[in-house]
Amino acid sequence: MEKFLYLFRGTENNAHDMRDNNLSPEDMQAQMQKWMTWMKGLGEKGILVGGEPLQVTGKQVTGTKKVVTDGPFIEAKEIVGGYLIVNAKNIDEAVEISKGCPVLEVDGKIEVRPIQNM
Amino acid sequence: MSSGKNSDVHKIVDHLFRREAGKMVSVLTRIFGFKNIEQAEDVVQDTILKALEVWKFGKVPENPEAWLYHAAKNKAIDMLRRQQLKYKIDSDISYLLKSEYTLAPALNEMFTENEIKDSQLRMMFACCNASFTQEAQITLILKTLCGLSAKEIGKAFLSNEETIQKRIYRTREKIREENITLDYPGANAMTQRTDAVLKTLYLLFNEGYHSSHPEKLIREDLCEEAMRLCLLLIENPKTNLPQTNALLALMCYHVSRFGARLDDKGLIVLLKDQDRNQWNKILIEKGNEYLNYSAIGKMVHDFHIEAAIASAHANTTSYENTDWKMILNLYDTLLNRTNNPMVAINRAVVLGEAEGCHKAITELEKLKGFTENCYYNTSLAEMYMRVGDKETAKKIFGKALELTSSNAEIELIRRKMKMCS
Repeated sequence: MEKFLYLFRGTENNAHDMRDNNLSPEDMQAQMQKWMTWMKGLGEKGILVGGEPLQVTGKQVTGTKKVVTDGPFIEAKEIVGGYLIVNAKNIDEAVEISKGCPVLEVDGKIEVRPIQNM
Repeated sequence: MSSGKNSDVHKIVDHLFRREAGKMVSVLTRIFGFKNIEQAEDVVQDTILKALEVWKFGKVPENPEAWLYHAAKNKAIDMLRRQQLKYKIDSDISYLLKSEYTLAPALNEMFTENEIKDSQLRMMFACCNASFTQEAQITLILKTLCGLSAKEIGKAFLSNEETIQKRIYRTREKIREENITLDYPGANAMTQRTDAVLKTLYLLFNEGYHSSHPEKLIREDLCEEAMRLCLLLIENPKTNLPQTNALLALMCYHVSRFGARLDDKGLIVLLKDQDRNQWNKILIEKGNEYLNYSAIGKMVHDFHIEAAIASAHANTTSYENTDWKMILNLYDTLLNRTNNPMVAINRAVVLGEAEGCHKAITELEKLKGFTENCYYNTSLAEMYMRVGDKETAKKIFGKALELTSSNAEIELIRRKMKMCS
């Protein structure tokens, strides 16, 4: 079993920051429900390691001079809105599992990255 | 039932806390897992203290329940984020509590009306787990679902706080040792487990209805709680069985007589002498309604027969018009099924009405092992009195007098003894 990171990109795809999109309260509740079902399923199957949604604000610390700048850092669409870490046999299985993520149903984007064992 | 005065705001809040505490403990225990029930109770305690603090300086919020849920939820989320729970969470939603993606939404959902009821139902099953003694089951129900403190439970059972605390402590150990959870029983075990819950509610109700507790209010509270929980079972299709309806019918009939059971001075008024106009018609109607529902299916439960007996009394306009033959038949059936000695005494009394007091005396004297039972002695003495043997009656009433500590009962027996001289 290996660990993989799912990076969810774009504020519009963040299930917990849907104020600016065009979802109705009913849609939002449905979306939330899907998240709960999905996460519970991952948990019960032993796939879920952990993960959190992220706020859209933050700071950026850069280089040896440790320059601190305010976010947002890039185009809204490219902002990481959250992450999950999951267990999977290989990258193919990790990708397959990610297809069940509700973020895709609101046209989101998931980056699947194997965790590098050092 | 409670005759609360609307002006008494303090009472209303008191009652609100008690009722909502039961709900919140059920919900939080469902979230935290049964093993962490103590911490669930702590959250509820803190929430109520906070409410008292905030509300006493201002007004009680328009929707106090929502205020309480909100506060309890936030406190619970805080504890979950800090991973402050003592035991690993083994509830069915544990995976949703691990990530911010689902933590708050999951808790919000748990505090919706349907889920609150669901949690209370799960809690009822858990409290009535066969691993607990009958006493412990009733104690747990009162503590977790009805929001009574160990002190209040002690008072209700004429016991003391320490004894109840110890009993609760032992149940906590059992929960951990035997890994008892708040999961629903499987479909196969549903009826059996529901029957266990019903039996405990029945005993809880009887504790309120028949106990000789000096305080009337405490007794009525126990009955009210038993009815409220029974109603919860009826509201859920899984537990809405014929016997559930029969039990609630029985409770409705009994409680309908509350107002007529005692006179102005707090003295007991026997069924025969009760003013039937004081019986609560609405509750009798409700009883009839539930008894009707209980008739679905072929299964006959003891509660059906007991409810039928109570119904026969409740729906008869006067003592003289009572159909004693039919009631005797019902008692015969009940006695056959249960072999319960208290049923045997009641049956003998009914026999006295149906076929004469001499027969009742013969039947009563056949029953062994009741010489130290107050109710047995008063029943027997009453029969002797009716057949004109005042001397024997007086002697047996005298015996009964030594066997009760209830002031109301003592007064009733004294009055009877006067009639014998």
